[in-house]
Amino acid sequence: MASTIRVRAIASGDATQVQALISHPMDSGFVKDSKGQLIPAHHIDVVEFEHAGKVVFTCLWGPAVSKDPYVKFSFKGGKKGDDLKVSWVDNKGQSDSSVAKIQ
Amino acid sequence: MNEFSRAPHQTRRTILKGAVGLAALGLGAGGALTSAHAAADAKAWPDKAFTAKGEADALKALYGKTGEPSDKVNLDAPEIAENGAVVPIAVASTLPNVTGIAILVLENPNTLAAAYKIPEGTEASVASRLKMAKTSKVMAVVESGGKLFTATKEVKVTVGGCGG
Repeated sequence: MASTIRVRAIASGDATQVQALISHPMDSGFVKDSKGQLIPAHHIDVVEFEHAGKVVFTCLWGPAVSKDPYVKFSFKGGKKGDDLKVSWVDNKGQSDSSVAKIQ
Repeated sequence: MNEFSRAPHQTRRTILKGAVGLAALGLGAGGALTSAHAAADAKAWPDKAFTAKGEADALKALYGKTGEPSDKVNLDAPEIAENGAVVPIAVASTLPNVTGIAILVLENPNTLAAAYKIPEGTEASVASRLKMAKTSKVMAVVESGGKLFTATKEVKVTVGGCGG
């Protein structure tokens, strides 16, 4: 199964900049479909980024985060070749995770 | 003799049945095991904060306090968002000991749009894309040294982000 997570982590000096793009409908629960029925809320709740066994960033997302959410942040201490693990869980209990190498 | 010759087959069948059972359990529990092992945990989601209406209630539910404006919170948001479904927002801060950043859209049905936990060693900056229902003030909140600091900017929205 193809991962829903695309990550680019680039180490520069002692900081690593991370950009992640996740495929997810992020339905807010406010939108109606063509039949006039509310599409139920289906959105990612929590995303965690882990490096060397330590959580370096946590996203707490609500229905107002855009579809196919994008996030960019930076942390200290990663270096080229290190693993960066990304995992998310949504309000329906679905989840996915992926490991990327820091470039 | 007969029992002995039957026994291996029985045992094999039992083992196979058990193996299938275990595999099924494994497949089912695999999800649970993975999520227990994986860092992301739905229980960590602050649902009261995400359903709170209004900035004060959302911040109280999320951080237990309210904030004061600070010029050390940098909120990067467009003046006019052409598409309310995808509004790029970036927050950065020069405040020390930043442990969290939150973004609120004051006119959205649920005020809190996103919150971020910043452990030590991670920079106090985040960029993401949010939905805005209509023209609204966007507020960036930075938790630093146990206090909340905010910056607010109005973003005009031409096409609302709620599909309406």
